[in-house]
Amino acid sequence: MEELKVNLCGMTLDNPVIPASGTFGFGYEFNDFYDINALGSIALKGTTKNPRYGNPLPRIAECTEGLINSVGLQNPGVDEVVGTELKKLGKVFFKKAIANVSGFGVEEYQEVAKKFDEQEQIGLIEVNISCPNVHCGGMSFGTDPKSAYEVTKAVKSVCKKPVFVKLTPNVTSVKDIALAVKDGGADGLSLINTLLGMRIDLKTKKPVVANKMGGFSGRAIFPIALRMVYEAYEATGLPIIGVGGIASAEDVIEMMLAGATACEIGAENLVNPYACKEIIEDLPRAMKKFGIKKLSDIIGGAH
Amino acid sequence: MKLTEFEIKSNELIARDVYEMTLEGDASDITRAGQFVNIKTEGLFLRRPISVCDVEGDLLTIVYKVVGKGTQKLSEMREGKLNVLTGLGNGYDLEKAGDSPVLIGGGVGVPPLYLAAKRLGGKCKVLLGFNESADAFYVDKFEALGAQVKVATVDGSLGTKGYVTDLIDFEPSYFYACGPYPMLNAVSKRLNFKGEVSMEERMGCGFGACMGCTIETKSGFRRVCKEGPVFCAEEIIWKN
Repeated sequence: MEELKVNLCGMTLDNPVIPASGTFGFGYEFNDFYDINALGSIALKGTTKNPRYGNPLPRIAECTEGLINSVGLQNPGVDEVVGTELKKLGKVFFKKAIANVSGFGVEEYQEVAKKFDEQEQIGLIEVNISCPNVHCGGMSFGTDPKSAYEVTKAVKSVCKKPVFVKLTPNVTSVKDIALAVKDGGADGLSLINTLLGMRIDLKTKKPVVANKMGGFSGRAIFPIALRMVYEAYEATGLPIIGVGGIASAEDVIEMMLAGATACEIGAENLVNPYACKEIIEDLPRAMKKFGIKKLSDIIGGAH
Repeated sequence: MKLTEFEIKSNELIARDVYEMTLEGDASDITRAGQFVNIKTEGLFLRRPISVCDVEGDLLTIVYKVVGKGTQKLSEMREGKLNVLTGLGNGYDLEKAGDSPVLIGGGVGVPPLYLAAKRLGGKCKVLLGFNESADAFYVDKFEALGAQVKVATVDGSLGTKGYVTDLIDFEPSYFYACGPYPMLNAVSKRLNFKGEVSMEERMGCGFGACMGCTIETKSGFRRVCKEGPVFCAEEIIWKN
């Protein structure tokens, strides 16, 4: 299937479909549903230096065509991820995975990224400066161009592998952040993370999730993600992993036309564990329908 | 775990707001009492996790209470197909039952205990708690399995007046419980944590991917949908 292949900064993917961080755990458990080697790659659960329980329960709220989550970067910490989770993944997944790095300070981002950079199994580092569910970290780096620049520069200085910075949509101008991250030396961009949202329970008259607010994702956010990928591509010309509400082969094509080289599928995995596999299998049909011979030919084609 | 289609065979009101739905399809991934299925309902994004009440060959029975949009939608269906993720979660370990086990259920926590009682061949005591007699269901079905059944209602309209914990006047070899948190907490304390409880939390995916339902236990972070919903009572960090 040469026509599905894309090149993400030297990382050749058999197809552009990647499950998004936080919706696929550390990947290996999905192997119970299907052979996960069908995937282009896997974006691992967001990882911090130390283990984190995350936010109090409930963490999930239903929305029209989507959900709000306030998981809050629950993860076992980088040493456990590298020592245990990556090994479990390596037994069933024989391609390179994408590490998703988060933190509460520049040094933490650097330290975690460096540990992943040393791993053979990791092909690319995704720096998450866009988690809306933690205070004093995550998104606070992604809403200020100066902080975004500093984190990017610091991580880039310790990594040999391509560094992609995952951007938040919760900003006035995604272009300004994208340009700052480019100045910091980013090899590429991932966008978008979730939109800060909220639901209130009419029976209790209180917020549904314990943390009051959370990140909104799902099919409903696709047009916003698409618009931001389009803007970021135009502003920076950097390779982009498009994320946000993608749920079909047509969505993948549309996102690539906007400027994405690869696509991450998020919320859809949570309601259909076979979503990524089904999209990959459906791509040749959709390509044929729209007269596309090679997927890599259409990247940024809408500009 | 399996994603499959089930056909609705019946869907009947059996108590106030409580429905019993029988589905036909490939139920082979359901191996233990206490496991659950996750059902897609039209127009709603997230699936709805519902515990398995009974499974016999290709027939799957679920008993659910209408509490929101998803269960409301489900209650209105009389025929057609349902998209179901089956065989989810970790169920009760019935090997630990011993010679005199007790099953303790409260309200819509009762259904998963039915399959447990069946798998134990009815050789168990069953204590069921409801708010009022109008909420009670399955008392006769447990009796038909040969189990010794006792009922408590908060208003005394059926069985003993009071809570299900008021019915514990013996020392069982082991307990299996499902119901509201305060009931599970009280039962666990009364029976020295010698048993298993089924925990309930709001879930995202229901199969371990999103970390939406993680609780902190004595042995670390545990996903209610994956390592649970059934946990040893002594593993839970009980509040109050």
